[in-house]
Amino acid sequence: MIELINVKKRFGNRWVTNGVSLKIPRNNMTVIIGRSGEGKSILLKQIIGLIKPNCGQILIDGTDVTKVRNRDTIFEKVGYVFQAAALLDSLTIFENIGLPLLEKNIKPHEILPIVKEKLALVNLTEEVLYKFPVELSGGMQKRVGLARTLMHNPQVMLYDEPTTGLDPVNARIIHELMSSMQKKLGLTSVVVSHDIDIFQYANYVALLQEGVVKHFGEASQVWNSNNPDLYRFIRGLAQKPPTHTWYQPSV
Amino acid sequence: MMITRAADWIGSLVISPCTSIGRFMLFFYQTMCALMRTKPKYGKIFEQMNVIGIQSLTITVITGTFAGAVLAYQSFDGFHRFGGEQLLGTLVALTMIRELGPVLTGLMVTGRAGSSIAAEIGTMRISEQIDALDTLRINPFQYLIIPRIVGATCIMPFLTLFAMIMGICGGYVVSTMFLGLSPEEYTTHISEHVDLLDIMGGLVKSAVFGCIIAWVSCYKGFNTVGGARGVGIATTQSVVSSSILIIIANYFLAMVLFGVSS
Repeated sequence: MIELINVKKRFGNRWVTNGVSLKIPRNNMTVIIGRSGEGKSILLKQIIGLIKPNCGQILIDGTDVTKVRNRDTIFEKVGYVFQAAALLDSLTIFENIGLPLLEKNIKPHEILPIVKEKLALVNLTEEVLYKFPVELSGGMQKRVGLARTLMHNPQVMLYDEPTTGLDPVNARIIHELMSSMQKKLGLTSVVVSHDIDIFQYANYVALLQEGVVKHFGEASQVWNSNNPDLYRFIRGLAQKPPTHTWYQPSV
Repeated sequence: MMITRAADWIGSLVISPCTSIGRFMLFFYQTMCALMRTKPKYGKIFEQMNVIGIQSLTITVITGTFAGAVLAYQSFDGFHRFGGEQLLGTLVALTMIRELGPVLTGLMVTGRAGSSIAAEIGTMRISEQIDALDTLRINPFQYLIIPRIVGATCIMPFLTLFAMIMGICGGYVVSTMFLGLSPEEYTTHISEHVDLLDIMGGLVKSAVFGCIIAWVSCYKGFNTVGGARGVGIATTQSVVSSSILIIIANYFLAMVLFGVSS
């Protein structure tokens, strides 16, 4: 469904993505892992068309995102959950979630049931409806961001580090929510994350390193891999294992 | 090595302003496209007229009043030397209507509302709120930029009108209470020498200044990069650029609107 072919993006003299090629399977959760500064978020923004790559192709259902003139056709299919939720802080939660419909001059009382339905999907109650983002916790803000993205019923969801800055309990809530929605709504989910707990929910994992996808495979295979790069990332080791026989993955 | 560095330096001197102008023109083009293609959101425009205009009324009134007062006070001595005190009111009125009213209001609004626009949009940029609007299929130009530009352009003449009136009143108070002029001496010649075209010219100027303030501030905010420091830089640049552009535009507008009769 989503295919990246030799995607390159340069900022100044540095190639952030340097020939990323990846096939993201439909109706599954694919997680892109990698160290900070490896260009994971940039890659995600290239997939949705917020950043244009210098070269390469990004195909969503056969449509090349890099050549699309009207990006709305992409945004119609693909939802994006921002790292810090990116809620508009001058608007209430109701206005934030219902914004696309409010902008179409649909009456608030007609939007309200839809907003409530989306809030329920992310396990939030009506109590938050008329609060401002600043009055909510980080975890709740992220869930509101998720609800807002679901307003236009996307087929693909892109999550940019959805659990960054959350405590383990809230991080798990978000992971479970992502997983349940992916199954319930049949979504194709692409998650950029540092959080290795996501392996429990992921179907596929890709390791982004030095601007390219170094490894791609099923989550369980990646978790149990003997590959030094994967082992080091998953176990949080700063240095490479000294020898190939040094490590004993046991999961 | 030296030659390469020099070439780099000269190249960057040329490329940098060209890039800035290109970006500004692109921003202008995108705003124009959004303005032509979409229906204006009157609610948002009125909201911005309130934020930019009504909330700047106090500082505008204070500035106008004291500008008129000091103008009368400083000019009195000169007029007194050749016995032309009765022209003081005319001078204050013409200066406030043609120049000081629009320019001072423009500079005040730049400092109060222009900086706020740049900071708000800049913060929205760095916290990905503008990207979020994009992904929600809401045109950021229609949602953020046009209401501010239209709102500032529409409200500035009203604000300037207050500054003009308060400036003339400030001059009146100083002239009649401290400089010994009678109310008639101050007011008689104003109606003789100030005509509707002067007022219209001043109001047209202020509308152009409103447009400049909102346009530059939105542009600077929209192109903010980096974090909090980037927002600070964008805010400073918006105030400096708007102020300079107002001063420059004022000169050319004065030439076009008022001319000089030979």
